Amino acid sequence: MKIHEFQAKQLFNAYNIPTPKGQIATSTEEIPRAVEHAGAFPLVLKAQVHAGGRGKGGGIKIVNTVEEAIMVSSGLLGKTLVTPQTGEEGKPINHLLIEEVLHVAKELYLGITVDRIKTCVTVLASAEGGMEIEKIAAGTPEKLFIENIDPGIGLRPFQANRIFFSLGLDPALSRKMSGIILNLYRLFIDKDCSLAEINPLIVTKGGDIIALDAKINVDDNALYRHPDIASLRDLGQENPLEVEASRYNLNYIKLKGNVGCMVNGAGLAMATMDLIKYVGAAPANFLDVGGGATSQMVTEGLKILLSDTDVKVIFINIFGGILRCDTLAKGVVEAARQLEIKLPMVIRLEGTNVEPGRQIFAESGLSFTVANGMGDAAEKVAEALKRVNGE
Amino acid sequence: MSIIIDQHTKVLIQGITGNEGAFHTRQMVEYGTDVVGGVTPGKGSQKFEGIPVFNTVKAAVDATGANASAIFVPPPFAADAILEAVEAGIEVVVCLTEGIPTIDMITVRHYMKGRKTILIGPNTPGIISPGKCKIGVMAGYIHKEGSIGIISRSGTLTYEVVDQLTKRGIGQSTCVGIGGDPVIGHKYVDLLEMFENDKDTDAIVIIGEIGGQAEEQAAEYFKEYMKKPVVAFIAGVTAPPGRRMGHAGAIVSGGVGDAATKIRTLEAAGITVVKNPAEIGQTVISVIRRCK
Repeated sequence: MKIHEFQAKQLFNAYNIPTPKGQIATSTEEIPRAVEHAGAFPLVLKAQVHAGGRGKGGGIKIVNTVEEAIMVSSGLLGKTLVTPQTGEEGKPINHLLIEEVLHVAKELYLGITVDRIKTCVTVLASAEGGMEIEKIAAGTPEKLFIENIDPGIGLRPFQANRIFFSLGLDPALSRKMSGIILNLYRLFIDKDCSLAEINPLIVTKGGDIIALDAKINVDDNALYRHPDIASLRDLGQENPLEVEASRYNLNYIKLKGNVGCMVNGAGLAMATMDLIKYVGAAPANFLDVGGGATSQMVTEGLKILLSDTDVKVIFINIFGGILRCDTLAKGVVEAARQLEIKLPMVIRLEGTNVEPGRQIFAESGLSFTVANGMGDAAEKVAEALKRVNGE
Repeated sequence: MSIIIDQHTKVLIQGITGNEGAFHTRQMVEYGTDVVGGVTPGKGSQKFEGIPVFNTVKAAVDATGANASAIFVPPPFAADAILEAVEAGIEVVVCLTEGIPTIDMITVRHYMKGRKTILIGPNTPGIISPGKCKIGVMAGYIHKEGSIGIISRSGTLTYEVVDQLTKRGIGQSTCVGIGGDPVIGHKYVDLLEMFENDKDTDAIVIIGEIGGQAEEQAAEYFKEYMKKPVVAFIAGVTAPPGRRMGHAGAIVSGGVGDAATKIRTLEAAGITVVKNPAEIGQTVISVIRRCK
């Protein structure tokens, strides 16, 4: 789960990681008061969206007067920010972070993540802050310092020290910097993060070390033990159809094509999307109804598929294991009746209780195209799409 | 022959009295798996359909001689269940649970270093040596005894591949779901080594997906050490970057773990990569023929 920069900075403050003085505003009316709290001009206004590249998208602006702050904020709040990472639809700006502008002497990078191959937590640091870390790793890997953490003893002060000295800073900053590294690690472990990143972490002309930006992603699997973090979820930053799907424990991701697909299992769902592409069409979504889907979940899944107006053909690909084919068939038939589905539907069923499942479709009186195997299904989907497009 | 489990494997079910555990215990017994006991704290000395239930894994092992365990325990308790099984000296632990926090699994893997236990999963459909033993939730009847080894990060996509093979008369030696999470037990490389050394396995199918670098490691291992043919499929060519595609492990981030890179790396190592998921079975057949 992603959280906003201002929420991450609140966590930083709770863990003694210094951040610029700042204030959050959710409407232009709040700007004068927020400006007063943030300190002396110039100030920076930062649009709070769940995506990087905000500066490039025009979501970070310097202002010099209250009037200017109000004017700039009215151009951001309630609007949509498009950045290189949001896709063309952008993300809504409902929060602005107003912060003091600091005098930067040096920009550093500090990040903590999980190394899947070494199965440990890893601290990354670089004296080349402000750049995308992926670019540093690819272009100048010698400028990226990596410290792997032994799960048995955690991050030790000697390692924080080693990270500090890799950065080539004034030795007088050692204590401050090590403190930040150790505190960020503590936060990472305490809150089950999958990523905790400060880019840039700045050294000010006055010799302070301050987190200018903050990015925290939390392991979805661990949210059950962090209700405080779970409550920070901002549904406004997510696709409404995806939010609706998550209410029914369905895994849905909106894509750009026009073949709506419903599949059980994540791997098969991805393979189905790939198959659709292979026959020259494009998937409208990823929808995994999961191993233990009920017929109600299947019905809700179909409703979500159909509320996407891009969808022209529906493709249901189910390999019954725990999810029995007859359960699925009941859900599909029920949904088709309720929703009076007019779109062509191609159905491919295999696995547990496949015969009763096929029978339910045959006896439903509704028109489904039943396919034999994935290859056959793909061809039928492509044909149906051609008919819809009048080819 | 087969790898990891066979007709001599004695299986314990951790969480045998839960909904999932109970249902799949029946399925496993029906398939012919030798389920010798179950563990549910507080229900020791009871029986589950004739199978003795114990309070602890240690007590169950002492009484039954179980050497494998299947874990059907909810996510908050599953990491602890793995640790308990490892500590009790179980040789093969199959963790079916989906949704275990990553940090918990890092701790588990750390504890397992230097111990002999093989961990399959978590978030796996399990492992099956057709006709001999099934520890997991896969439908047994789609499998057939034979000589193809399967290693997969997916569940239903594995069934799809098995089905394509079985329907063409090609059986499997052992099918292993390594699990869809970022941190797992046995990986492609560990299993490729076992299949390479298994005299009854002729060829191996890898069913991979986006995220991580496990397929790249497999490619490297294949190039260096393997003589048997390997066929691979990578799911997620069409997946958008940065999104979790159902499995927690299936996220492409910062250009690492995307399908195109994986496919290129596998092909460069000499592995046959299938692009159309409908043609995996057919490709395996033609690869075996070519090798004979």
